[in-house]
Amino acid sequence: MVVQTPNGFELDNSGKRIVVDPVTRIEGHMRCEVNVDENGVIRNAVSTGTMWRGLEVILKGRDPRDAWAFTERICGVCTGTHALTSVRSVEDALGIQIPDNANSIRNLMQLALQIHDHIVHFYHLHALDWVNPVNALRADPKATSELQQMVSPSHPLSSPGYFRDVQNRLKQFVESGQLGLFKNGYWDNPAYKLPPEADLMATTHYLEALDLQKEIVKVHTIFGGKNPHPNWLVGGVPCPINVHSTGAVGAINMERLNLVQSIIQQGLEFNRNVYIPDVIAIGGFYRNWLYGGGLSSQACLAYGDIPEHPNDFSPEQLHLPRGAIISGNLNEVHDVDPRDPEQVQEFVDHSWYTYGEPGKGLHPWDGVTEAKYELGPNAKGTRTNIEELDEAAKYSWIKAPRWKGHAMEVGPLARYIVGYAKGHEDIKSQVDGLLRTMDLPFEAVFSTLGRTAARALESEYCSRLQQHFMDKLIANIRNGDESTANVEKWDPSTWPKEAKGVGMTEAPRGALGHWIKIKDGRIENYQCVVPTTWNGSPRDTAGNIGAFEASLMNTPMERPEEPVEILRTLHSFDPCLACSTHVMSPEGEEMATVKVR
Amino acid sequence: MSQIETFYDVMRRQGITRRSFMKYCSLTAAALGLAPSFVPKIAHAMETKPRTPVIWVHGLECTCCSESFIRSAHPLAKDVVLSMISLDYDDTLMAAAGHQAEAALQETIEKYKGNYILAVEGNPPLNEDGMFCIVGGKPFVEQLRHAAKDAKAIISWGACASYGCVQAAKPNPTRATPVHKVITDKPIIKVPGCPPIAEVMTGVITYMLTFDRLPELDRQGRPAMFYGQRIHDKCYRRPHFDAGQFVEQWDDENARKGYCLYKMGCKGPTTYNACSTVRWNEGVSFPIQSGHGCIGCSEDGFWDQGTFYDRVTDLTQFGVESNADRIGATAAGVVGAGVAAHAAISALKSAQRKSQTKNEDA
Repeated sequence: MVVQTPNGFELDNSGKRIVVDPVTRIEGHMRCEVNVDENGVIRNAVSTGTMWRGLEVILKGRDPRDAWAFTERICGVCTGTHALTSVRSVEDALGIQIPDNANSIRNLMQLALQIHDHIVHFYHLHALDWVNPVNALRADPKATSELQQMVSPSHPLSSPGYFRDVQNRLKQFVESGQLGLFKNGYWDNPAYKLPPEADLMATTHYLEALDLQKEIVKVHTIFGGKNPHPNWLVGGVPCPINVHSTGAVGAINMERLNLVQSIIQQGLEFNRNVYIPDVIAIGGFYRNWLYGGGLSSQACLAYGDIPEHPNDFSPEQLHLPRGAIISGNLNEVHDVDPRDPEQVQEFVDHSWYTYGEPGKGLHPWDGVTEAKYELGPNAKGTRTNIEELDEAAKYSWIKAPRWKGHAMEVGPLARYIVGYAKGHEDIKSQVDGLLRTMDLPFEAVFSTLGRTAARALESEYCSRLQQHFMDKLIANIRNGDESTANVEKWDPSTWPKEAKGVGMTEAPRGALGHWIKIKDGRIENYQCVVPTTWNGSPRDTAGNIGAFEASLMNTPMERPEEPVEILRTLHSFDPCLACSTHVMSPEGEEMATVKVR
Repeated sequence: MSQIETFYDVMRRQGITRRSFMKYCSLTAAALGLAPSFVPKIAHAMETKPRTPVIWVHGLECTCCSESFIRSAHPLAKDVVLSMISLDYDDTLMAAAGHQAEAALQETIEKYKGNYILAVEGNPPLNEDGMFCIVGGKPFVEQLRHAAKDAKAIISWGACASYGCVQAAKPNPTRATPVHKVITDKPIIKVPGCPPIAEVMTGVITYMLTFDRLPELDRQGRPAMFYGQRIHDKCYRRPHFDAGQFVEQWDDENARKGYCLYKMGCKGPTTYNACSTVRWNEGVSFPIQSGHGCIGCSEDGFWDQGTFYDRVTDLTQFGVESNADRIGATAAGVVGAGVAAHAAISALKSAQRKSQTKNEDA
C-alpha cells in the first residue's frame, strides 16, 4: 500500500520487511522496521521506542527542590542536562534569580556534557557504522602515520611505531577468537568504504577517545562532586567559591580552577586535532553517501541554550541558537515560545497511550496520558512476542510532539541549520569552512553525514565557549564576587501557593523542555518533552512521520539483511530512548492500576 | 580454549614490559585495597587465565552504570574490554544489532555454559506482561531469565539492578523489580550506587578474575571491601562534625570553609559506599567535597526517604558524639549487620526520624 504523508514522503509497505531489534549502540531500547523494494531501497520506515519508566508519576507530590535528582536519572548518558532543565523550571516558577558565577559554572558543566557526549557518541556509538576495525589489520602503519600527519599535523600521537603497537594489540585481540564487542559485526559488508589505513587511524582514536572522555567529565566532578550524575541546586550551584582564605579545600579554589582550565585545553585540542580531522577524513571517503537528510531540510527546532547572563533567556543572549524553521524556508526563523499552548503539543494516536479522544494534541502543562499497550490488527506475532508491528495502529512508547502541527528534527544539525539561517557568526564560519574543505555544496548538510559533522563542529565550538565562561568566572571572582547561590526562596514557606514554570536547555541530542506545576510546596504536575521524543516520534494524527523515520526513507541498502545503513542514519541522531519514553501524565497515578489485559 | 590468550600474553604482545606489567599488578592491588604481598598472586592469575566472557544486559535504566564503567582509570576501560574480559554481548557498545546481536548472545551462552558472568544494568518491569521494556520483540525479563540460567554468577550493577532505583520509587508504575527478586538460584553480587564508582565496578570484576572467587559479601549482597563502611566514617569533613561546625545555609561562610554538610541533609552518616575513600573520577572529588550533601544513592529505597535536604536526625536533642553513634547504630541496623539489637534500635530510630521530620514540616 502506498501512502503520501502530509510532510512529503511516499510510504510503500509492499516490499520485504526488515526488523532490527534491538537497535544497539544507543542509550535505551529501540526497534526499527523498514520495507525495502526489489533494489534494496527503503520505502517505508517504522521506529519504535521499546521502554517506559513513568518518572513523572513518581515526581508527583515530591519536593520541587529534589526534582533535579529524579529527572537527572532519566538519562545517564546526557547526565546533568535534565537536572539543569529541572532547576531552571523550578526557578522560573518561583522567580528565583541565580548569581552570575552560578550561570558560568552551570554553563561550564553543560558544555562539558556537550563535548563529552559528542565525542563518546562519535567514537564509541557511531564510528563502527563507518569504520571497520577488522580491516585495520591490513593497514601499513607507516602509511597510517603519514595519513595521520596529513590530516592533523598537530596531533602528537602519529608515529609508525605507535600505530604498529595498536595494530598488534588489535591483531592479538582478533586472533584470540574472542571478538567481544566486534562479534558478529558486518565486517565484509561493502557499505564500509575506508582504506585500511583510515580504519586503523580511526580505531586508534576510538581507544584515545576512551581515555580522553574520562578527563572531560572531571568538570562535573569538580563542581558537582561526581560523574555520571553530578549534584545541582535550585538557586545556584552547590559548590562554594573560596580562592583567598582558610578552608579553601572545601570549595572552588585556585587548584580546582587550574584543573578545570587544563581539562578545557585537553578538550579543545582533541576536538581540533582529532575529532574534526577524523570527521573530515572519514567523511571524505563517504562524500557520495549523502542519504539520511530526512526532515532536516524542511523542519528544524531549537530552544537555544548557554545564556551569556544569568536569568536572561532571550534569544539574542543565547550562545546556542533558538528558533524554528518550517517548510524548508531558511529565510524565516520563527521564535519559539514554550508557554504558548498552540506551539508545542503532543499526540498519541500511534503511541501506547490514550487521551480518551482521538486526534487530540495537548500542551505539556495540560498533558494527560494513560498507557494503553495494544498491537494493531495487522501486527504479526503475539502481545509478548512481536514479529512485525502494525504502524497503522499504535506502535511505540514514544509520544508524537509537534511544533504548530509540524514534525520537527532537533539536535546538533537542527541547531546548526537554525544558527546558520540566523547568521550566527561562529556557526556560519565553521559550516562554510567545512564545506569548503570538503568541496561540498550547502545542500550536503541535509544528510546523515551533515548530522555527524555538525556534532563535531559543535563540540569544538563548545570548547571555545567553555574557555569564554572560564575567563568570565575568573574575572567575576577577581571583581570580588564569590557568590554561587541565592537562598532567598530556599524555604518553601516563602513560595506562592501555586506556581508554574518552564525550563529549557539544548541537550546534546536536541531541544529539551521541562514543564512544572507547583502547589502547596509540592509538585502537582511534571512533564518532560525530550529530544528523542521529537526525533523518534511515531506518526501523528495527520500521518506525518517523525525525524528517524523520515531520515531512513529512500536509502539504498547494500545487503538488506545487514542493517549497516539503518544503524548509520539512526545513530547520527544519537538516540536516547530512556529519555524519550519515560513521559507520563498528571493523571499518571492511573498507570499504577493498568494491568495485564 | 588453548588458543585463547591470557591478559599477560596480550599485554606482552602489545609491547608492555614485564616491569610495567608488575607495576600494573601493584596498581590493581592498590585499587582493591590489598597488601603488596598480593601482587604476585595477581600477576600469576593474569599470566594464566583466558579472558572471561561477560554478557551485559540492559533493562529499565538510564545507562549511567555503563557510562561510569568507561570512566575507570585503573584499570582503564579499554584494558578491561580488550585484555581482561571478553564482552561478548552489550547492546550499548556492540557493533552488531538485531538478529546478529541476538545470535551473539545465544552463541556466548552456548559456548560458555556455566562459565560466563552476567552483568545486569537496570531492572525488569513486571507490569503489562513485562512489555514496558522490550528487547527483540519480547519482554526484557525473558532475556534476563534466559541469560541467567547458565551464568556462573550475576553482577547487579547499580541501584536499578540492586534495589530498583528511580523507576521503582513510589508508586513504581511499571513494577520495576530488582534482579534478585526475579533470579533466585544464582550467586548475585550487588554493586549499588547511582551509578557505582567506576573503580569499584572494575575493582569487583578484577577481583573475581584475579582470585577466581566471588568477593566477600555483606548481608545485603554487596562486596564488603567497598561497601563495608559509611561515607561518614571516612569523610574528610568528619572533624567538623565532631567539633559541631556545620554549614547552615548554601554558600554561607561555613560552606566556604568546608564545614560539615550534615544540617543540609547529608546522608553520609547512613550511607555505605566508598565515595569518601576511593572518591570519583580518578579521585578528583566526591559529592561532599564539592559542597552538596550525599543523597544516599547506594542505599535501598533512597528515593523514598523524604527530601534530600532533610536531616537524618535532630542534632539538638543529643550531644554530637552520642548522636553520631546512634546514627551509626541505625545505619548498621538498616543494612542488616546481623545483630538483633541493631535492628530494634533501627526501627526505633526510624520511627523517631519520621516523627521529627513531620514536626519540622509542620
